[in-house]
Amino acid sequence: MKILVCVSKTPDTTSKIAFKDGNTKFDDAGVQFIINPYDEWYSLVRAIELKEKDAATVIHLITVGLADAEPVIRKALALGGDEAIRVNADNADSFYIASQIAQIAKDGAYDLVFTGKETIDYNGSSIGGMIAELIDAPYISLATKFELEGSTASVTREIEGGEEVNEVALPLVVSCQKGVAEQRIPNMRGIMAARSKPLKVVEPANIEALTSIESFELPPAKAGVKLVDADNVDELVRLLHEEAKAI
Amino acid sequence: MKVLVFIDQAEGHVKKSSYEALSYGANVATLVGGEAVGVILGEVKDDLTSLGKYGVKTIHQVQSSSLNNVDAQVYAKTIADAVSAVGASIVVFSHNQTGKAVAARVAARLKAGLVAGAVALPKVSNGFTVKKSVFSGKAFANVSITSALKVISLNPNSFNIQLVEGTATVQPLAIEVTASKVTVKAVNKVTGEIPLTEADIVVSGGRGLKGPENWGIILDLAKTLGAATACSRPVGDAHWRPHHEHVGQTGVQVAPNLYIAVGISGAIQHLAGVNRSKVIVVINKDPEAPFFKAADYGIVGDCFEILPKLTESIKRLQAKG
Repeated sequence: MKILVCVSKTPDTTSKIAFKDGNTKFDDAGVQFIINPYDEWYSLVRAIELKEKDAATVIHLITVGLADAEPVIRKALALGGDEAIRVNADNADSFYIASQIAQIAKDGAYDLVFTGKETIDYNGSSIGGMIAELIDAPYISLATKFELEGSTASVTREIEGGEEVNEVALPLVVSCQKGVAEQRIPNMRGIMAARSKPLKVVEPANIEALTSIESFELPPAKAGVKLVDADNVDELVRLLHEEAKAI
Repeated sequence: MKVLVFIDQAEGHVKKSSYEALSYGANVATLVGGEAVGVILGEVKDDLTSLGKYGVKTIHQVQSSSLNNVDAQVYAKTIADAVSAVGASIVVFSHNQTGKAVAARVAARLKAGLVAGAVALPKVSNGFTVKKSVFSGKAFANVSITSALKVISLNPNSFNIQLVEGTATVQPLAIEVTASKVTVKAVNKVTGEIPLTEADIVVSGGRGLKGPENWGIILDLAKTLGAATACSRPVGDAHWRPHHEHVGQTGVQVAPNLYIAVGISGAIQHLAGVNRSKVIVVINKDPEAPFFKAADYGIVGDCFEILPKLTESIKRLQAKG
């Protein structure tokens, strides 16, 4: 059983977002980078749990990024996983990234590919679906529960207004979110072990990106809160009805 | 140039987010000097001809009972075949649960550039650039699609529907549907509640409510407004409210017209789940709560006193009609 866990480097959830070079690049000055929470808390931890149940399971982590992504992938290895692969390329676009990962997923004959439900920077929720299409495997998105019985997976996924329980044979691509696993903190043993785990660097396949980011912008600043006196709730209702037209 | 809009349905009923996608697609077609058409998969109970009011004259239907459940793999192949059959060059989805899974697959299958989570119409004067939400609602990116075929998924509740006169004709589309590898074992829908991601109004409670036994005032207000209910992460983690109500960075992201936050301080992770709401009302006894900085309207005070008064006041407004 071979699992490929996709890991992305993202700014910390509390980062102040700013841009540079005429709003064409993310300004990473003073920004702390973390493992994308959905990749870490849910897909990586669930993979580790599967390995704890079946020691024959092999977990490989993969990231597409330049050398500055290595501290984050080492941190992921401290939680668990046998080795990591870094595709040595800048993140051109979702199709580019998914194509790189799909190539490795195919060559490595992985049974299961895990992604987080989205990254907290680009919020595309696209990589898992694209990988699945490129390797011609089923895709279960927004999973809240993942169980494995032999080579059949039982996956609960979010649908509008509820959830659906799916049964599907491997190979399979799954995007994970809250519910699949619980967050873990790496321990000292894990951190030490991560230092000696293999981190392979591979050169990217020749893929053309299909989109490019022209510029960024910040949302217009809020005009400021209009405070209403606690004894004058009717005034809030009037404002919501007449001014905001929200009720 | 044809714009193909995917119409998402569940149990035979077209989803509200698809109305937005249709109207968006019709506007994209106008911009590029083309025509918007719809495609719907599976068996449908709704009257599809009435969807003409969102700006499409033709709806292609691939009618097969094996399409009643969404399997992203089967859907992507069917939609990609429909794109070829109708000769579309732009495909529009809603960025809802179905769209997130299917649009990505369709884009990869067709080698089409994808903008996932669009919030505005494309700019077509110089290339084809679409604005999308990034950094969990903290910023926007203008993304240029450089491929000939283009796929856009539209963030729910970010585009104002424009109604037009007219009805649509429904045309069956003969596409061979492949067998699904996924078996649906169970569907558990939360009944009697408005799905959070579809709600126009959301009333959300936090730790300031002090315990699950106090949720009555939230439920009363929500019922009066026809709103969905939500909660902050600590409330979900403490099991005061069901897990699916947790709104925030790691929970559900919502973008209603009105978000009423009661007893929620407004941590940055919570704001990331709600900052696309059009109007935000914050009720909190702490005047220093960071949520007030992100709010449009606020009341500093005790929610146990304010909420019942607010519900009564809204009832009086509704009674006036």
